[in-house]
Amino acid sequence: MKIDKNTINKIARLSRIKLDDKESEDYINDLNSILNWVEQLNEVNTENVEPLSIISSSILPKREDVSKDTNSSEEILENAPDKLEGFFAVPKVVE
Amino acid sequence: MPKSSLKQTLQDLDTKKISIRELNQDYLKRIKENENLNVFIYFSEDNVLKQIDNLENDNSAKKLKGIPIAIKDLFCTKSMPTTAASKILENFNPTYESFVTQKLLDEGSIFVGKTNLDEFAMGSATNTSFFGNTINPLSKENEPLAPGGSSGGSAAAVAADLCLGATGTDTGGSIRQPASFCGVVGIKPTYGLCSRWGIAAFASSLDQAGIFSHNVEDASILLQSIAGFDQRDSTSAKVDIPNYFENLDDNLNGKTVGIPKEYSIDGTPMEISQIWEDAIKVLEKKGVKIKNISLPHTKYALPTYYIIAPAEASSNLARYDGVKYGFRSDEIDSLDEMYENTRAQGFGREVKRRILIGTYVLSAGYYDAYYLKAQKVRKLIADDFNKAFKECDFIVTPTAPSAAFPLNEKQNDPIKMYLNDVFTVPASLAGLPGISIPFGKDKNNLPLGIQILGKHFDEQQVFNAAVSLERSYE
Repeated sequence: MKIDKNTINKIARLSRIKLDDKESEDYINDLNSILNWVEQLNEVNTENVEPLSIISSSILPKREDVSKDTNSSEEILENAPDKLEGFFAVPKVVE
Repeated sequence: MPKSSLKQTLQDLDTKKISIRELNQDYLKRIKENENLNVFIYFSEDNVLKQIDNLENDNSAKKLKGIPIAIKDLFCTKSMPTTAASKILENFNPTYESFVTQKLLDEGSIFVGKTNLDEFAMGSATNTSFFGNTINPLSKENEPLAPGGSSGGSAAAVAADLCLGATGTDTGGSIRQPASFCGVVGIKPTYGLCSRWGIAAFASSLDQAGIFSHNVEDASILLQSIAGFDQRDSTSAKVDIPNYFENLDDNLNGKTVGIPKEYSIDGTPMEISQIWEDAIKVLEKKGVKIKNISLPHTKYALPTYYIIAPAEASSNLARYDGVKYGFRSDEIDSLDEMYENTRAQGFGREVKRRILIGTYVLSAGYYDAYYLKAQKVRKLIADDFNKAFKECDFIVTPTAPSAAFPLNEKQNDPIKMYLNDVFTVPASLAGLPGISIPFGKDKNNLPLGIQILGKHFDEQQVFNAAVSLERSYE
């Protein structure tokens, strides 16, 4: 088993998702079966194969590196669950 | 009785046989009659009526003026909320318009509503939506069927004639598979043809916008409208967009079709092998040369996809943290707790499963074994297609390994659900254009789809082959 209780807790913590015990157990099973299934890729010889990350066959033009002032802070904050004087507001971080 | 086509409707509007108001009121009526299908996450009659008012006061000529279009609720729209079918975006009102929907608005189309989907486009049955299942309009009474997914709402909207076209997105098959299940046309163009700007991101190296329609001609008209270069998407391609519709040519004489032997898989229903053979026979009669090809890494496409897509999703969905927009949990004693509770309560089960898988395969010590390995196999899969396209002009395969299945079937077994995409995922990994057209029925009279794949940016060839098959089938 690749994913045990400790691993799932670690991944959940990295993902910032709180899991209860029942969920942890379900995900341990799900993830193990998915990982076992994807491991068939090990049959494939990938020696000297370049990893493919950009699929586009066209030339992707770069934009000029110039700043643009859109003055849109109000728009950006419009959907914030909590805001204060032009900032996003979150629970207190420092005591 | 064939449903009215977009092309015909444009003529009828032009010759004043019907007004924009009459046309859309007809659609509004059908939408209200079909509420039980749960096609729309957002629908407001007032909103549509307002759009009609505005268009009636607009004297400029526009290509899609007054045409009712449904929008997958993954595209940000200023005039309608956008949820990605997730609780975490339940109250999100975008302050900007996606590239694709802006193009449709510029052409004068009317948005009838935002369609249901699998949460963040993760699913193959439109059953992971926070807003409930969509029902396939072809279901018999008391036997509700899945519309496919993730763009199941858009496919169902076209199938039930609630619009003349709909937008979708396709990451591993999310346009082609529901098109097949609902008996409509669905095209996923080449990666990079339509800007991803304003589409809630799932797996950015795979996500691509596309179109659902009643027929191939309509799809060719609509795709031209939403394609084009956009500086705000760094993978948007700067290519000339042809007039697909004007250039449509069903004469395939002298062309070569590739038939990949790896797409004959065990357990595929006989009827699906049969329609595949039928399609090949039709092409042969039209003077198309049949070429047996091999795409040897096909069987590794699904596991490759289920590493790459969750990895990219885990990174893309990190933005939903309860700070900038959307849902925030009430249990927020500390910042960390706010994040963890917000995401625990805001995401559904399948989305969490993929975030966890993605986080694992990207985590220190596992990156090379999973993510890097998958990217290398992805290269081999893309190379298979490159080689094959040296010998043929387009490829024909079935779209999906089954017809529409009952709602809730396969729900508990993720891998079984993932197998739905077995024929669509390889082309997604290679970034190729693909269309699904209805081509035959199974023994329960449910539609089956044929998929046509083309070379990068050769949508024209894909449309030509599709329209040729479609016309021979009608």
